[in-house]
Amino acid sequence: MSSTRMTDERNTRSSPTAPPILSNPPASFAQDSAPPEVDAAPSAIRDFLRKRGSGRLADNSFAAVMLLCACSIFAIVLFIFGILVIHSRPSLVQFGWKFFTRQAWDPVMGDFGALPFIYGTLATSLLALCMAVPLALGVAVFLTELCPRPLRAPISFLTELLAAIPSVVYGLWAVFVLVPIMRDVLGPFLVKTLGWTGLFSGPNFGVGLLTASIILAIMILPIISSLTRDIMTAVPNSQREAVLALGATRWEMIRIGVLRNSRIGIVGAIMLGLGRALGETMAVTMVIGNHPNIGKPLFAPANTLASVIAGEFSEATGDLYLSALIEIGLALFLVTIVVNAIARLMVWAVTRNAPARVH
Amino acid sequence: MDFQSKSMRMNNARRTATNYFISGLSILATVLVIIPLIAILFYLIYKGASSLNLAFFTHIPAPVGQDGGGMANAMVGSGIILFVASLMGVPIGIAAGVYLAEFGRGKALATAIRFTADVLNGVPSIVMGISIYSLIVIRQKHFSALAGGVALAIMMVPTITRTTEEMLATVPHAIREAALGLGVPKWRTAISVSLRTASPGIITGCMLAFARVAGETAPLLFTALGNQFWSFKLSEPIAALPLQIFVYAISPYDEWHRLAWAGALVLIVMIMVSVTLVRIFANRGVLKGGS
Repeated sequence: MSSTRMTDERNTRSSPTAPPILSNPPASFAQDSAPPEVDAAPSAIRDFLRKRGSGRLADNSFAAVMLLCACSIFAIVLFIFGILVIHSRPSLVQFGWKFFTRQAWDPVMGDFGALPFIYGTLATSLLALCMAVPLALGVAVFLTELCPRPLRAPISFLTELLAAIPSVVYGLWAVFVLVPIMRDVLGPFLVKTLGWTGLFSGPNFGVGLLTASIILAIMILPIISSLTRDIMTAVPNSQREAVLALGATRWEMIRIGVLRNSRIGIVGAIMLGLGRALGETMAVTMVIGNHPNIGKPLFAPANTLASVIAGEFSEATGDLYLSALIEIGLALFLVTIVVNAIARLMVWAVTRNAPARVH
Repeated sequence: MDFQSKSMRMNNARRTATNYFISGLSILATVLVIIPLIAILFYLIYKGASSLNLAFFTHIPAPVGQDGGGMANAMVGSGIILFVASLMGVPIGIAAGVYLAEFGRGKALATAIRFTADVLNGVPSIVMGISIYSLIVIRQKHFSALAGGVALAIMMVPTITRTTEEMLATVPHAIREAALGLGVPKWRTAISVSLRTASPGIITGCMLAFARVAGETAPLLFTALGNQFWSFKLSEPIAALPLQIFVYAISPYDEWHRLAWAGALVLIVMIMVSVTLVRIFANRGVLKGGS
């Protein structure tokens, strides 16, 4: 669509520069350029083209193969859903919907409930969002509106590098750097300053809900900030100029002209970060302490939906135990699909007309 | 000539102060974000470089209590798994991208596929792991490199599809029209003109997907499982670099911690190189044509 517009522009642009004699061709020239009659007789050119693979059959079969590959994406989603449902059947039959509201997790007695893991997942993800969102918005505002041009590329490159570090390396760093810091520096500091809230009581081993939330926050930050930056860049400059022309300061321009226009997209970006936080496995497994707890202080060990699968799947004995873990996986799958779908729709609503770019 | 009343001047001062305050906050946020990155990178380089040696690249893990040993088998294992994954994931991903960009423009089906790919991109990798476990490992009754490869391939497809589509979208339509005008069939145009023009971008997109799954641990936990010895068969459990890092990181032995840091450095250097390449290609605008 855009290309036809381009060629039109090109034509209109080139015609005034063309010599006047060509812009008004003689009648005989027009007669010569009339389309030739369609020749049904075999021609050398047509044979040549046919030999090169021209024809409806080749085109259609190529399109069909491409379509098949594209539809394999549907197939993958359906297949994951189907196979998880089939293999979680013993647990689905045994516990039904109550599986998600039961607190018990007793592999020995065969008594399973997912509530502690749902709590752990929600608590770590929300805490991580609380820490990451203000920082990510700050970075995005800085990069799009305030940053001097020569600094912009290196800083955005650095934040994108953060996104490329594998989960297990974050986990490694967290185990050997963050956990000691948490145990010896940050933990006592929090107890001293915010101990009265009751959130920071109990023994502090360095591993636990809060440590997992911090590492999660570091991991989802680059995702939120780079998406938010894309969304803010998509706001047309005329909006900024209009607000500035009314005498606004730069912050008022950002608030009224940029943030208000892109709020849906920013909420979408935050939800994408949430989706990533919900399913993050390795780093969380390494520092959360792996114990099903509910409502304990933030220093206490906990467990999330993803980390319980990672931690217990390989030692699960018996069909019921295994199917309970697979049902947790099914729940995780459905929740992340819904969160991601809503988030994508929100981001699309804003950036649909912006040019495509590679991350 | 004093147009401003006192209250207006106060108001302006407040607005300016807010402006500076928010600017300061946003700079502070950026600094706070850069610090952990620098900390992670430097600590990683410091720890990794001090424990990296030749044995790391040539030896298999030593038994507990012995010094030395390396991750040669894990690196080869990662290579095998990633090769299997690319063999399946790359062609399907590129073909799906070609469909979206060349045949599906403006169709509702293409929009649905694009959306599904984006959503699939956000599905946690551990879910891929347990579904492949349920599909392949339970049926075969043993863990295998093949299962690991399939799990990673599934993760590669949506990423490659979307980058391929974005790259093909930057190919100017005039080039396609020129090919079609010369009587080149549509499938040939897609392969020899569109794909070829966009190939630097598509290759870097594939490398990006490759780098992303290269660091994945969760889908390999229950599929490839890991292995302390050499293994080259697709039907056997196989070692992988991220898996080995995970196992060593949560082990109680200092020697294994050392190896975990070295492994992390090797992994991250590999990933950084490919991400940087992508960045260079995207910035240089290899494909900045018309359209």
